[in-house]
Amino acid sequence: MRESHTMLSILLAGSLAATHTTLFTNGTIVPVTGPEIEHGAVLIEGGVITAVGPATDITPPAQKGGLTTIDLQGGVLMPGLVCTHSHIGGWGGGDGSDPLQPETRILDAIDVDDPGFRRAVAGGLTTLNIMPGSGHLCSGQTIYVKLREADTIDDRLIRTPSGGIAGGLKMANGTNPQRDAPFPGTRGKSAALVRQKLIQAQEYMEAMARAGDDPEKRPDRDLALEVLAEALRGDRIVHHHTHRHDDIMTVLRLADEFGFRVVLHHVSDGWKIADEIAAAGAPCSIIVVDSPGGKQEAIDIDFKTGAVLSEAGVPIAYHTDDWITDSRYFLRSPAMGMRAGLDRETALRSVTINAADMLDLGDRIGSIEVGKDADLVWLSGDPFSVYTTVNGTWVEGDRVFDRTDDEDLLFAQGGWGAGNAERPYMCCEEHAVGGAQ
Amino acid sequence: MLVAILAALASPKTLVLADVAHPVSGPPIEQAYVLVEEGRIAAVGQASAYEATGDEHILRCAVLTPGLVDARGTVGLTGQYNIDHDQDMLEHSAPIQPELRAIDAYNPQERLVEWIRQFGTTTVHTGHAPGELISGRTMICKTSGATMQDAAIKEDAMVACTLGEGALKSGGKSPGTRSKSVALLRQELIRAREYARKHADWDGEEAPPARDLKLEALEAVLAGEMPLLVHAHRTQDIMNALRIAEEFEIDIVLDGAAEAYRVIDEIQQAGVPVIVHPMLIRMYGELENAAFTTPTVLAASDIPFAMQTGYESYVPKVRVLVFEAAQAAAHGLGFDRALRACTLDSARLLGVEDRVGSLDVGKDADLAMWDGDPFEWTTHCTGVMIDGETVSSAIR
Repeated sequence: MRESHTMLSILLAGSLAATHTTLFTNGTIVPVTGPEIEHGAVLIEGGVITAVGPATDITPPAQKGGLTTIDLQGGVLMPGLVCTHSHIGGWGGGDGSDPLQPETRILDAIDVDDPGFRRAVAGGLTTLNIMPGSGHLCSGQTIYVKLREADTIDDRLIRTPSGGIAGGLKMANGTNPQRDAPFPGTRGKSAALVRQKLIQAQEYMEAMARAGDDPEKRPDRDLALEVLAEALRGDRIVHHHTHRHDDIMTVLRLADEFGFRVVLHHVSDGWKIADEIAAAGAPCSIIVVDSPGGKQEAIDIDFKTGAVLSEAGVPIAYHTDDWITDSRYFLRSPAMGMRAGLDRETALRSVTINAADMLDLGDRIGSIEVGKDADLVWLSGDPFSVYTTVNGTWVEGDRVFDRTDDEDLLFAQGGWGAGNAERPYMCCEEHAVGGAQ
Repeated sequence: MLVAILAALASPKTLVLADVAHPVSGPPIEQAYVLVEEGRIAAVGQASAYEATGDEHILRCAVLTPGLVDARGTVGLTGQYNIDHDQDMLEHSAPIQPELRAIDAYNPQERLVEWIRQFGTTTVHTGHAPGELISGRTMICKTSGATMQDAAIKEDAMVACTLGEGALKSGGKSPGTRSKSVALLRQELIRAREYARKHADWDGEEAPPARDLKLEALEAVLAGEMPLLVHAHRTQDIMNALRIAEEFEIDIVLDGAAEAYRVIDEIQQAGVPVIVHPMLIRMYGELENAAFTTPTVLAASDIPFAMQTGYESYVPKVRVLVFEAAQAAAHGLGFDRALRACTLDSARLLGVEDRVGSLDVGKDADLAMWDGDPFEWTTHCTGVMIDGETVSSAIR
């Protein structure tokens, strides 16, 4: 479909977007934030949801342009899936020179043509948090992207209300960032390095505040401290890789000391300290892998983490960590959580609205509600059944995946030409490249 | 009375009742029973036809299948910690080491063995991993037992070979290219042939020719006693494997075969079975063109194939067979064929179908119990039996 992306079609798409109207009907609507609607319908106009309800209640407006009707064929329409932790298209962030590199941006490393993006929309994903790796205490800035058709990464960026590039800050502790100096060799050193850097950022902020409007008195601009200051002000969420229970507690301790907002990622041992996590008010984004271990800090990983955390009152999401797990079966992750006791409603929320909230995007995406972005996925049946297929995916009203399109199907199923340019991210490269090297 | 109790202890009978049983060798049976005696399946049928003797130990489940047979893994040589001390599936000191036996490395008490057992896998073909031109040998074992001897069904199953990117080296070491891989392999097979001839020609009077464990193992391959298990994904690597099989007239089994669909006729004509790569494997590198539909393509071409969990250097340290078969079932293979591909077909491919792989009278009582369709992500494995013993009651 990208091949047809000529200047002419861009112009046409641009002019249609404002008026284009699509009606989804003859299926079950799963709004996530409200009850499921059998025999429901959803109307979208100009990339935004304008009506949702029982099909009998929804009448498309008189059209200037065309009305497209999507017959859901008895399937399910739910919000486009939101992955809080992905590495598609990006193998960048910090290099080996320093364990803390908040000045680096994954934005500057993304291959927008990575086939992983095509696979992701084939899995029903519409929004990703693309992160640098976990081989640093701070490996850089993440970006939140919409999986729009794109020629450059700029076409996929999400803008903050003030026009900035939406994204978070990736941090990590435990064993991944531990290596030879200048990297830390122990957990104690890891925490000390982070605290020292955050104190520098506090001092930088204080110096800025003291300078007030006088540019002469301001400290020299420092990209790293500037970004950490955003985190300390709460404008940039810290997405923190952490597995073992004591490492999770270290993150919560630092978040408390410095006042940054944090989402805990992976949380293999989260089930052991659910009450502490709940008390700290830290949401958790969970990884599902099919067996325990792979490293010492993950030997107690358990499918029950989602259920235990949720019951303790912790908002939970799941993530693909793509390439660790493939975005095409993202719904399998909450399903595996259900296998170990997670309730269905939370399972649905975990890959939609909860995930959106963890990216500060819950007012725009993550549920089917009037006024929200028309990011939708059409499933053939129960979202958590292995036999269910993704039939279509829409981002802001534009169809970005169509299972009846042969090229799209290739990326859904794999096969000749579905080649994947994804490369392992930095922490794990030496273990993973070539399988055995 | 006492005599009766002692008799029951000496020869306990277990009756497994299922809402539906899938014998795999035949059609599903609604309201089924399987009678287990002395570690074997003594009878299978509809529960209404069973005449109770009153001394049976009764187990119930919604769905009953044969214990699953994993056609290729490295569990037991691979441990959960992923540190040097629990990773015995790859020895990198030389590219060709068929003298390395799986039985000398298999740890039956590794936690990952228990892990896969709890998800219904009762037999596994495990051993040295892909990652060297010839990394060593494989074995077939049950996922229970305190020692390797307790577990093993076949101590020497296959010789594990890797063609393609997975076994190439850098820094001036060989093999550094595909051509060099094939040249080294051919040279070693020729040496083994000459070694075999020298030993066959020995007149018994002079000092016997020196034994060489490496060449002895390859001699077994040449003699048809052990197939060469060739891990190959890309088209040219698959074709290299078929060419070697033809040149040396040896039995090979393709392992992985991500691009099998590109050379499906050639594989079929060569009569080579395929242990297809795990479905949930990361599809990058030489797996970049892998497809969830490859099992379906193999089935349509009447190529014998089976499902595996493979080898993973990072996470998950082991994959779980039922999940891999599930993904194949959902991508066109369908329930019945996917179940067969992880039970009876894998048992046949491994040559252990007289023992395991289906619910048939006389076979080992290896059973997996489920509370629904085994392939649904939300279904649980509720019980596992190996040789008539309950080895897992966990709800997984």
